[in-house]
Amino acid sequence: MKFGVVRFPGSCDEVDALGAAQRVGDAVLLWHADRDLQGVDAVIVPGGFSYGDYLRAGAIARFAPVMEEVAEFAREGGLVLGICNGFQVLCEAGLLPGALLPNPSLKFVFRQVGLEVVDSDTAFTRAAQPGQRLSIPVKHTTGRYFTPGPVHVVLRYAPGENPNGSQDDIAGVCNEAGNVFGLMPHPEHAVDALTGSTDGLRIFESMRASVDDRVAV
Amino acid sequence: MRARVLVRPKEGILDPQGQTVERALPALGFTGVSGVHIGRLIELDVEDASQLPEMCERLLANPLIEDYEIIEDVAAGAPR
Repeated sequence: MKFGVVRFPGSCDEVDALGAAQRVGDAVLLWHADRDLQGVDAVIVPGGFSYGDYLRAGAIARFAPVMEEVAEFAREGGLVLGICNGFQVLCEAGLLPGALLPNPSLKFVFRQVGLEVVDSDTAFTRAAQPGQRLSIPVKHTTGRYFTPGPVHVVLRYAPGENPNGSQDDIAGVCNEAGNVFGLMPHPEHAVDALTGSTDGLRIFESMRASVDDRVAV
Repeated sequence: MRARVLVRPKEGILDPQGQTVERALPALGFTGVSGVHIGRLIELDVEDASQLPEMCERLLANPLIEDYEIIEDVAAGAPR
């Protein structure tokens, strides 16, 4: 199984995302200006400040050549994971519902948070248990999730842990088809006991298992 | 043509920038101020002003969270 990790000018978490993916499979970097997804089985849109996040977080990156291919890949049912800025990009691109707004504190929040797995029956959380609590860090200024309509919630901040005023404590959502998932916390920074938690691996293991199942069918 | 686009947070969406300024004004002795909201001002030269609404919908604003207002033919003297 091969992951592709998108690198925009201004990305900063693509190397950690690559390393996390390589713990469960093969992984390559995909350059923002390339239209070639190199035959990957799943795409990760990583965190950072794509194109400087000018105008609004993620607003410019959605027009990158590689994002046209990622959108097509998603329409065909391919697995797409957006982390932090990647979540913002996927929302701006219309691949996920809702939008991310500035934190009510207007401050950068950077801490380990507890998450609850609301739905463990998705391609991105099947390696976790229903209701399992995960410890994963957040680090963002624009993480307040808002959506005017119903949404498929996959992860919530545990009670009292909401770091950014997100509606209904929502930390991660997927699209109706279930093949595109975005979250503000950083699972790629929680894959080694050395840094406090390996809970983030559940996301990458889930994607690996989902792709393996598809290949086996 | 010089045009101006005003982008505001939609009604009902928490606007922490506006709230912060609203709380700061009384500290300076300005009373009776409420409903402060902070948005974005975009000025641009356009050859075809009929394209402005689509520009707003697709890039200049995020219609899910922001309202926009287009003001065409901004008076001369607007900064370039």
